Amino acid sequence: MSYVARSKQVAARMLGEEMVIMSGRDSTLFTLSPVATAIWNAADGQTPLERIVEERVCEEFEVDRETALADAQAFVAELAEHGIVLISEQPIT
Amino acid sequence: MSGQLMMEIGTKALELGVPLSAHFDLTWRCNERCIHCYLDHEDRGEVTTTEVKDILEQLAAAGTFFLILSGGEPVMRKDFFEIVEYARQLMFSVKVKTNGILIREREAARLRELAVEVVQISVYSHRAAVHDAITKVPGSLERTLNAVRFLRGQGLKVIIAGVMMRQNLGDHKEVQKLARELGVSFQLDPTITPKLDGDTSVLDLRIPDSALPELFRDGSLVGDADEFCAPAEVDASALEALPCSAGHTAVYISPYADVFPCVQFPLPTGNLRQQKFLEVWRDSPQMNEVRGIRLSDLHACSSCGNVASCSRCPGLAYMEGDMRGPSSADCDKSFARTGILSPRKRAALVQIAI
Repeated sequence: MSYVARSKQVAARMLGEEMVIMSGRDSTLFTLSPVATAIWNAADGQTPLERIVEERVCEEFEVDRETALADAQAFVAELAEHGIVLISEQPIT
Repeated sequence: MSGQLMMEIGTKALELGVPLSAHFDLTWRCNERCIHCYLDHEDRGEVTTTEVKDILEQLAAAGTFFLILSGGEPVMRKDFFEIVEYARQLMFSVKVKTNGILIREREAARLRELAVEVVQISVYSHRAAVHDAITKVPGSLERTLNAVRFLRGQGLKVIIAGVMMRQNLGDHKEVQKLARELGVSFQLDPTITPKLDGDTSVLDLRIPDSALPELFRDGSLVGDADEFCAPAEVDASALEALPCSAGHTAVYISPYADVFPCVQFPLPTGNLRQQKFLEVWRDSPQMNEVRGIRLSDLHACSSCGNVASCSRCPGLAYMEGDMRGPSSADCDKSFARTGILSPRKRAALVQIAI
């Protein structure tokens, strides 16, 4: 199980259907696709990533679980490198 | 920040009609009295904390991502940090423009905690006598540079911004060097703007035109000088371009809740004490008039060889009497870059010859 929490050090805003995010650590700018935005919005530090993928990605975007989870893990790992999310094996408060 | 991605975001904001960037002057009061300043520093009933928070909520709902908190001196407001904290809760990317006089270790640490993106500080000269004479505050350079050090000590990104005028002409290279030593960026602006009330007396401070070519040939200031100084090709598509982002993806809000297209474009479009932000942004006839202007609509500039690369500021043109007319400061700058005479400058030369 892994838990993902949005960092409070970022700037973020919806622009159309995409989320624009800027890292507070290195000012890297990202735009998130609707799928990635759904993961970002659900990243409360309390819900396991696996459940986020099942409930917010597989159901809403009709993607198979294995592919969606692999993509989600790669996506959150990249965001974590820029300090945009925190990842932990334990729930994050 | 990725330049390409930033352009894509700007294009999308334009398509969607989103005010991506908002400049909010929290106060026009100031603890300096800079000789070139365009503001009236009296408090004529500036927005309250509650009003500021409401405006920020409206901007966030409208899609604003980049928020510039400025003044006057914004840190003079007792609720300044409360406002920054609220802005960050609303997830804005916050830039603070300040003179730094009130920023010490504690304030710098608080800005770091609040994850402010960047702090811009004005430094007019490396020489205290010159800087302090411009701000009219003895000891201001020392306090300002200390603020830069405190902010850098917290790991914050800092920009030293210089305005060039006759008083500090020639000092910018040393200020640039100082910025490098302090580990911060440096920006230079050779434009003095009229006061917002229309008073043009400050324009006497502008540097002489003869000093401009050297600036525009300085790669450390403009990047690739050849590219910067080359006139862009003028074709039909160039003439359909927008004059600038003011009123399209950028907006300005005064401490009295007045909404203008830009801080340099004081065209009244509405007031947030009487109207909702989106009502002004979407429906103001003045804002929509600004939005309707294309380069081809500029009666003097559309026939100018500099039109596609000119830094023409529609706000400065407006302050000269016609938002579709030329901005004389930008005519001078374009001529210094490209050597191409604008119709306005040509007419002026003919008049002199006669």
